[in-house]
Amino acid sequence: MNVKKTTLFNLHKKHGAKFVNFAGYEMPIQYKDGIIAEHNLTRNKSGIFDVSHMGQLFVTGKDDLTENLQKILPTDLKKLSINQSKYSFLMKENGGIYDDLIITKIEDGYMIILNAACKKNDLLIIKSKLDNKFELILKDDLSLVAIQGPESKDILEKIIPGVKKIKFMNGNKFSFNSEDIYITRSGYTGEDGFEISIKNNSVNKLVEMMIELGSNLIGLGARDTLRLEAGLCLYGHDINEETSPIEANLKWAISKNRINDEFTGAKEIKRQFHEGVKKIRVGIKPDSRVIARESTKIFDEKNNQIGKITSGTFGPSVKGPIAMGYVPNLFSKSNTKVFLEVRGKKILASICDLPFYKKKYVKGEVDVRS
Amino acid sequence: MSEVKFSKEHEWITVADDIATIGITKHATEQLGDIVFTELPDKGSNVEKDKTAGVVESTKAASDVYTPISGEVVDINQSIVDDPSKINLDPEGSAWFFKLKIKDKSEIDTLMSREEYEKFAKESSS
Repeated sequence: MNVKKTTLFNLHKKHGAKFVNFAGYEMPIQYKDGIIAEHNLTRNKSGIFDVSHMGQLFVTGKDDLTENLQKILPTDLKKLSINQSKYSFLMKENGGIYDDLIITKIEDGYMIILNAACKKNDLLIIKSKLDNKFELILKDDLSLVAIQGPESKDILEKIIPGVKKIKFMNGNKFSFNSEDIYITRSGYTGEDGFEISIKNNSVNKLVEMMIELGSNLIGLGARDTLRLEAGLCLYGHDINEETSPIEANLKWAISKNRINDEFTGAKEIKRQFHEGVKKIRVGIKPDSRVIARESTKIFDEKNNQIGKITSGTFGPSVKGPIAMGYVPNLFSKSNTKVFLEVRGKKILASICDLPFYKKKYVKGEVDVRS
Repeated sequence: MSEVKFSKEHEWITVADDIATIGITKHATEQLGDIVFTELPDKGSNVEKDKTAGVVESTKAASDVYTPISGEVVDINQSIVDDPSKINLDPEGSAWFFKLKIKDKSEIDTLMSREEYEKFAKESSS
């Protein structure tokens, strides 16, 4: 398979990026100063993330589009006002997750942001479930750039006046370089920030202006430490076709008034909602400095294996190792002691509340996750 | 102090009398990125040439540290365990890993000179 490049590839290269193949794209894992420096720049100042590998799906149509999409997604789309976004899932009948996504209501339909590795399969699934009645376009003439961190709103406001007024998990149309761009106040770092959908031919100019105003290019390495500190799931690791949103502790993303409604996976979700689940995603902190990576086995005091780590790294803001994984309900309470098998040794760890790191998103706004 | 020698696993070694000081190379730290965790062998333990003697971890991944020669661990550098970021700052100086009482001096002869190592490192990373 040919490795694809995003429109910003040469700019990444110019800024000293080290590249890695991610979901078929050659993406920057880090730049010159390294992952921890990039992580801290995002937490304390402002960071730019090229997420153009992600899918930008536009579903347009009239009348019964919302009705039909609700048969696929567990989100109350009827309640969405124009320019409002929600976190949602594409599920299997058994409740397993094909992909997690952000859906935003736009004037003539919906914009759906999909994971790079899943986007083609997602398109096929959505298309078949909508009986080819609506127009679906997975845009490849658009780039997607996130700007995250406390100084980002002032930097972006200087380039695109008005963006500061956008509320968390909302968006709006703006103009840049005489082109329409679409900006949402969202991101995946636990910081206040924006995601900008912009034509490929304008994206270099926008990113160069953001750098000029003090923001910094950030690679996938820091994106991973940032999202893990924020307790956010990485598809294919913390969630997949074998885990349901309820098991993944993402119940908040399923609209309550849709629990008894019909959508793909509804039967299993309803059952799990009422009966509970056997395993659940939790935060885990090793008591020492030892890092427990993905696939590390989790044990109870009696040496029985009770689960596995799905993501684990060193959290630069937490200043210690952090991980997420699945354990039986019985072990999911905060401060429960568990053991992790690292290089043949059992190390002590504690179940802890997510996120590991928390900051307010936008002043006066309530984090939708809380 | 003898001249510094290098292994294919990117460790450096210097020898004074029958004591060897071992650490990882600058090239290795550049490949690893920010080091956030270090595990060293126990003082008093015996380590064997080309076998694992420790671990370094970056935010991305864990890597084994090998010992280029055999011997008894007589000292470890606790400061790099307490603050692993020191390894990135001065890998071939103050951030040494452990000291060995050398078992067989002839093992040192199999290692590379700086010039040989630099050529090797350049080839293996390209």
